[in-house]
Amino acid sequence: MLESLSPSFNYWIYIIIMMIGLYAMISKNNFVKKLIGMSIFQTAIILFYVSISVKDGSTIPILYHDQIHAGHGEHHEAGHGDHHQALDTHAEDRHDSHAERGDAVAGSHYPDLIIQPDDFSNPLPHVLMLTAIVVGVSTLGVGLAITQKLYGEFGSIEESEILDTIKSSND
Amino acid sequence: MIWAFDLILLVFLVITAIISLRTKDLLSASMIFGVYSFLMCLLWAEMEAVDVAFTEAAVGAGVSAVFLIATVLRTSRRSSD
Repeated sequence: MLESLSPSFNYWIYIIIMMIGLYAMISKNNFVKKLIGMSIFQTAIILFYVSISVKDGSTIPILYHDQIHAGHGEHHEAGHGDHHQALDTHAEDRHDSHAERGDAVAGSHYPDLIIQPDDFSNPLPHVLMLTAIVVGVSTLGVGLAITQKLYGEFGSIEESEILDTIKSSND
Repeated sequence: MIWAFDLILLVFLVITAIISLRTKDLLSASMIFGVYSFLMCLLWAEMEAVDVAFTEAAVGAGVSAVFLIATVLRTSRRSSD
């Protein structure tokens, strides 16, 4: 039963983590705690996007060496389902033909290479989320720098104490 | 994706997120946040996002934990909540 639930489990946990981060940003009194909550919120969003890209039975979006060499030659008849097996059985004679044709083939663009997109997880959300991680760290750094300036100004990193200081200085 | 590993990592992720927000000592909160980032990195590697895992390990678990600890050392270590 757990196995059937596991694809949607990612999405449940991402909602829970996101709400934990939102709660910390709103109701925590300490600025460092608020910023930790903001980072948790950001990683929850990244978890959502990476969960989109996972497919059932997929692997990492990298072509292996023998997959590239198996793609040489007349290989158009390989069907959708059995193409793994076809790649395996054709791997040896692909190597032979590659040796016969020499090194000129090695630099070409492999026009006969057959790639099934269903075998790999979708790399587009990964690349987008790389940017999101870096942006998250820079916002955390800016927030912590502002926290240090506030500590130099008011001698505290608690929101309520700083508000009291501002209020008493206005009176 | 290995679903059992996925479940264990997600449960520990929620636990570390809650603990790092509930500890009153800010230095230990920062360290537990580093643990949270490292669990997140393991989760990316398990979900076949290796490039995101690299970045999270270097930037999330490394740089942001250093930023937090530096801020805690330059300001106060106690938190009211």
